[in-house]
Amino acid sequence: MNWQAHDYDKIPGTYVFDGKRSHAGYNLNRMAYSFIDKANRDEFAADMDAYCRKYELSDEQREAVLAGDFLKLMHLGGNVYYLAKIAVFHGLNVQDAGAKFHGITTPEFKQLLLDNAAGFEEQLKQAGGFWHG
Amino acid sequence: MAKIIGGITTSHIPAIGNAMASKLENDPYWKRFFDGYEPVKKWLDEVQPDMAIIVYNDHGLNFFLNQVPTFAMGCSDEYQNADEGWGIPIMPSFKGDAPFSWHVAESLINQGVDMCTCQEMKVDHGFTVPMGLFWRHLPEWPVKTMPFAVNTVQHPLTSARRCFQVGQALRKAVESYPEDMKVVIIGTGGLSHQLQGERSGLIDVAYDIQCMEAVINNPEWLCAQSNSEIMEKAGTEGIEVIMWLVMRGALSEEVDVLHKHYHAPISNTGAGVLLLADKG
Repeated sequence: MNWQAHDYDKIPGTYVFDGKRSHAGYNLNRMAYSFIDKANRDEFAADMDAYCRKYELSDEQREAVLAGDFLKLMHLGGNVYYLAKIAVFHGLNVQDAGAKFHGITTPEFKQLLLDNAAGFEEQLKQAGGFWHG
Repeated sequence: MAKIIGGITTSHIPAIGNAMASKLENDPYWKRFFDGYEPVKKWLDEVQPDMAIIVYNDHGLNFFLNQVPTFAMGCSDEYQNADEGWGIPIMPSFKGDAPFSWHVAESLINQGVDMCTCQEMKVDHGFTVPMGLFWRHLPEWPVKTMPFAVNTVQHPLTSARRCFQVGQALRKAVESYPEDMKVVIIGTGGLSHQLQGERSGLIDVAYDIQCMEAVINNPEWLCAQSNSEIMEKAGTEGIEVIMWLVMRGALSEEVDVLHKHYHAPISNTGAGVLLLADKG
């Protein structure tokens, strides 16, 4: 079995969710999808380890779920939208997860977002035609 | 005859859904973002469309990764929102129009766009957040809807160019429906954001502005880019901008720009709004 390489593989710090990742992460993402049903969330919350085993996660995936190690889960085929359904059990949203991907605090991550967008109103004025209130 | 009267673009970030539910419109973080929607709401209240086609992606509510259609559309008289598993409030159900949808499906398939037709389709925040942004001030949804889902989650994805072509086919499909209907088409998602990995938090204002200008005047600029090129600039989730091209393909070659709004960051995202009137 040979997975084909893609030009997006070279984008740094990025895990494009393709067939290779989806194949590797299938049980993990399938478990996360089950959380759209409250009864399943309750069952998971009562015994996370047992629930991971029921969905046949690999040992590595199970340990990363229990530890809330979302970067590891990305490496192990997790899709970010499905990981968001797991993150809530650790009290985390996508911005908290973003901070964890960088190894920084959530306020630091929010500042990074502000910095990345800094000066946007000036850029809009240069482009012209944008609403400014 | 049914007629497309205009196109709208918007982000569909779940945090917006939570902000609307918590009535944070005047909160300093949110005010500029929400204020920029008022001209679109006013226009919609004036023109009173009969049908909104909403182009969005499902994020793991209706479609799991066991079955991922590249293009899927609702063909029902009603669409339900449901629990996504992480706390975004559930919205009331949305009216559909089965005869209209089935006509559109048949026309698209006859034009070579091989649609997946769905008679049961739960709609997630990709669909409900735009509905709320434009119509939450009314006591009930004033338009019928047709969900049009594009896979932007599991690669291989369709391309920017293909989205534009599908939009062109969608225009023919709508315009060949004999009933008098005013139709708006809403392209959702984007703009630049990456939720995952060490590159998460990326926002590229300059690229977002270029995308907005291209969608208005030069769709070819975006159509010519590969998905890898778009993701490199806009981030892995920023690829959603290709759905704006379904909207743009469905409009006349030239359009009137009635409104153009951008704000960043909203949650992790650069958020863009366009209101484009069709020139027939």
